[in-house]
Amino acid sequence: MSAHTGIIPVPIARQPWGMLIPLFLLVGFGAAVLYSAAGGKVDPFASSHLIRFCVFLLMASIIASLPRQFVRFMTYPAYVIVLLLLIGVEILGNVRGGSQRWLDLGFMVLQPSELMKPVIVVTLAQFYASLPVGMILSWRALLVPGVLIALPVSLVLLQPDLGTSLAIAFGGAVVMLLAGLPMKWFIGGSLAAIAAAPLVFFFGLQDYQRRRVLTMFDPEADALGAGYHINQSKIAIGSGGIFGKGFNNGSQSHLQYLPEPQTDFVFATMAEEWGLLGGLFVLAVFAVILSWGLRVARASHDRFASLLAAGMVATIFFYVAVNLMMVMGMAPVVGIPLPFMSHGGSSMMTNMICIGALMMVNRWNREAPRYGLAG
Amino acid sequence: MKRFFKLRSGARPSGQVVNASTLRNAFERRTVVIGGIQASVAILLAARMGYLAIAENEKYRLESESNRVNLTLIPPRRGWILDRNGAPLASNRADFRVDVIPDRLTDPARMIDQVGELLNLEPDRVKDLKLEVQSARGFAPVEVASGLQYEQFAALSVRLPDMQGVVPQRGFSRYYPTASSVGHLIGYVGPASAEEYEQDRNPILITPGYKIGKDGLEKQFEQGLRGTPGARRVEVTAGGRIVRDLETRDDIQGDAVRLTIDGPLQDYAARRIGLESGSVVVMDCQTGDLLCMASMPSFDPNSFSDGIGSVEYSMLREDQRVPLRNKVLKGLYPPGSTVKPMHCLAFLQAGVSPDDTIVCGGGRRIGNRFFNCHSNHGVVNMDKAIAQSCDSYFYHFAQQIGFDNVAALAKDLGMGQEFELPVTSQFYGTVPTSEWKFNKFGRDWQSFDTVNASIGQGYYLASPLQLAVMSARLATGNRVNPRLLLDEPVAPAESYDFDPEHLAYVRQGMNNVVNGAGTARRARLPIEDVQIAGKTGTAQVVSLSVSDGRSGPWKFRDHGLFTFFAPVENPRYAGAVVIEHGGGSGSAYPIARDVMTFLFDPTKGVEALRALENQWGGTAQERLERRYAAYAAERGTTVTPPPQRDEDIFDRVEAEARLEAEQTQEIGDKFVQPRENQTASGSPPPDALIGTQPQGIEP
Repeated sequence: MSAHTGIIPVPIARQPWGMLIPLFLLVGFGAAVLYSAAGGKVDPFASSHLIRFCVFLLMASIIASLPRQFVRFMTYPAYVIVLLLLIGVEILGNVRGGSQRWLDLGFMVLQPSELMKPVIVVTLAQFYASLPVGMILSWRALLVPGVLIALPVSLVLLQPDLGTSLAIAFGGAVVMLLAGLPMKWFIGGSLAAIAAAPLVFFFGLQDYQRRRVLTMFDPEADALGAGYHINQSKIAIGSGGIFGKGFNNGSQSHLQYLPEPQTDFVFATMAEEWGLLGGLFVLAVFAVILSWGLRVARASHDRFASLLAAGMVATIFFYVAVNLMMVMGMAPVVGIPLPFMSHGGSSMMTNMICIGALMMVNRWNREAPRYGLAG
Repeated sequence: MKRFFKLRSGARPSGQVVNASTLRNAFERRTVVIGGIQASVAILLAARMGYLAIAENEKYRLESESNRVNLTLIPPRRGWILDRNGAPLASNRADFRVDVIPDRLTDPARMIDQVGELLNLEPDRVKDLKLEVQSARGFAPVEVASGLQYEQFAALSVRLPDMQGVVPQRGFSRYYPTASSVGHLIGYVGPASAEEYEQDRNPILITPGYKIGKDGLEKQFEQGLRGTPGARRVEVTAGGRIVRDLETRDDIQGDAVRLTIDGPLQDYAARRIGLESGSVVVMDCQTGDLLCMASMPSFDPNSFSDGIGSVEYSMLREDQRVPLRNKVLKGLYPPGSTVKPMHCLAFLQAGVSPDDTIVCGGGRRIGNRFFNCHSNHGVVNMDKAIAQSCDSYFYHFAQQIGFDNVAALAKDLGMGQEFELPVTSQFYGTVPTSEWKFNKFGRDWQSFDTVNASIGQGYYLASPLQLAVMSARLATGNRVNPRLLLDEPVAPAESYDFDPEHLAYVRQGMNNVVNGAGTARRARLPIEDVQIAGKTGTAQVVSLSVSDGRSGPWKFRDHGLFTFFAPVENPRYAGAVVIEHGGGSGSAYPIARDVMTFLFDPTKGVEALRALENQWGGTAQERLERRYAAYAAERGTTVTPPPQRDEDIFDRVEAEARLEAEQTQEIGDKFVQPRENQTASGSPPPDALIGTQPQGIEP
């Protein structure tokens, strides 16, 4: 716009490069770590990581170009479709026996629960944006979103996939909070959750999940059993020191002491070779991306768009925070990958949907800085 | 924060003042808070990472290294045990071996079956292994097999990823070239037991394939033979696969032990004992060097070192010739007439003239009782008394000078004594005196006690080693002390300062036993210029009323003994042969003759042995193996397993040896009537004949 100098074409110049360049660096860094995790080979992790990023970047730019009316129009149908997919997965799992999380669509493997993370955010944003302002304090403002969240969460819990269901609930809760629901409901809800935690711990969790939680508090107690993952991850991070052991020199990952060095524990793989500096770089990039996202949310004066953007930020944040806390031994082992670094299509898709949505809101903000209050 | 709650506090009292702008305010406030929370999580994560990577870096770097690097000890090669000429009696052989570590086996029974199949183990070995693994302490490796072919080893190695707890490796195993000939002397090796590891917390003890001395010299010189383990540092994956070698420190072989033993002589003597049960000791009269300490039958230390099998143990246990007992040190026998030359020396020292005579009328009256001699010798002087072994002569003069005086000299010459030798244990026997009898039985010394003791019967007990030392001391007149280690300085033997004339009389008597009109004329050496002197002995183990000593149950037959030295004029070698239940001295002196022949002229000695071994059905080792095969075929399935601890095996054998010695003394409570024709001998025990015939050939 005003920054346009004429040298760079406008469509390129108006992209949010302040976020995109750190993101590219992070994905490239992730590819380097995956190259090392594969024992110094581009295949199979690094190559597919980069290819997927390119594909999903294209997808994100398509999302970014969607018009606001279309998005709002498509929100509820999308929610219903993903919910049906979740039910479909559940039925398929029951028919085949055993748990199943994905649908094989022929051309790709789809995890509907992953799709639900951004979709729940959009759905709730749409709900609160269309809710008459005066009704925000009424019980209906809580009940309908509560059901909207509870349905997918319970379906995902049945799979069972605790990590993803928590992520869905977290994204939804953040949107509810930002929509302006009374604080007392959140405080009461938190107190109820704290009270229910022991009950859930003893009766709701599977045996292996209980062990993982206990292990978090004392990983060395059972260093070869349940504590193995966390312990090896801490060894990898701690032994990296400030500067790391050097690219391709990580013994923990190369000698297979580190479990899942390319997915859930990719941060430990990175930290072993790049040290604290590498870790700070990763944290800094996430800080840049997330704070850009929050700025986008605040810059929008459209209720739907700002709730949508803030919810997307919360979803990415949840991934990052839980994953990093897990690999550093501050949270139980739940299968949540690190955005933009871990190898895996589903999480890359989810996070790129979030990025795409943020870029979309960013575009709306730019095109109509003061869109007005109308819904 | 206060502003954050404004919506709630403001909303309630004034009644629903909610509009788009208050919602917008709430959104802005709450995004700030959420942003703040996110920032603090980021700071928390950075701090946590800094703590792990900086404050705890040392700890985790160490843990990462200990993950990555695996240190394996390389068992040191054991020091050799050499004979006096430097030939190995125990050496090491490179081989392939397989161990299992019970702790790491998920399904021991299935795994052992699988390994057994791969290695073609015998069914009873597989059975033994299962028992062993069940009762073993988890950390200590249990040997499955050693001395494997490369093909077998390779077949197992490729399946290793599926076989947790199975450890194949190249290493060295102990090898005893002359096998059973040195079994009792050298001992054998085996994995350290739990107690041994408790005592000595050396990690090498639980390294698979590492063995320590379990008996004999192997046990005695354990610390010196052990050596220093090497170490190999390797980089390993979490699954235990070795990625590369980092550093290797070679082991340092243990120190060799050089013995005074003459390897070929030891082997010859052991083989010459043949089907009998007995022992041969030969020593150098000048230095005290023990040249030969053969005790047969014996076990094969090669096979014991691979673990003592149930069938093998059962076979050895059931053999009444007690193959597990080292008879040189732990066999106690009434010395019989072999003590007569020494008793003569006591008489001479007490003032008896060699020309003093008595009349043997088939016995002699001592006090108010008549005691039989084994023959009617007529008029007897000292020379004839030794040569013909006339008992009456000894009854008479022992009574005249008092047996306690005789006993004093006997003890001085080594009877009833222990010697300073590096052996795990030795029995010292009994020289009966009036004091000893009173202390032990609470009864006074009787004249029949003197009679019994004067001819080496009754309570008198000596080991073959003591008899050999006595011969050496008589032959030289010096206090010759036996020694087993070649590298120890030789202390010149001090002289007893016996009257040379007295010694000459005694030696002449012993010369006449072989080369004059004596009891062992067939013991003459088939060598022109070397003459051997000796003394026969026949020791009764039961009274004449129970057995005639030559036929009947093997256990009741007389022991055959022979003590000797050679050459007569200038004694160089002395020794003793004791054949258990040989039926008389005739079983003993031919062995002494052939052993001494071998010492002076090996070719002649080997010829004599070869003829005998053809008759016996092969060498001692060949017969042992054939015997084992026959036993396994017959009894293989019904054997009882050996005690879990090797120590128990030998403790039991030793306890039984003590008991048997005590039982031998039981006949001492009355006069032991000598039998006639003492030099005649019986035949070996019937079970000695198992394995003398090659299998598969119909007689």
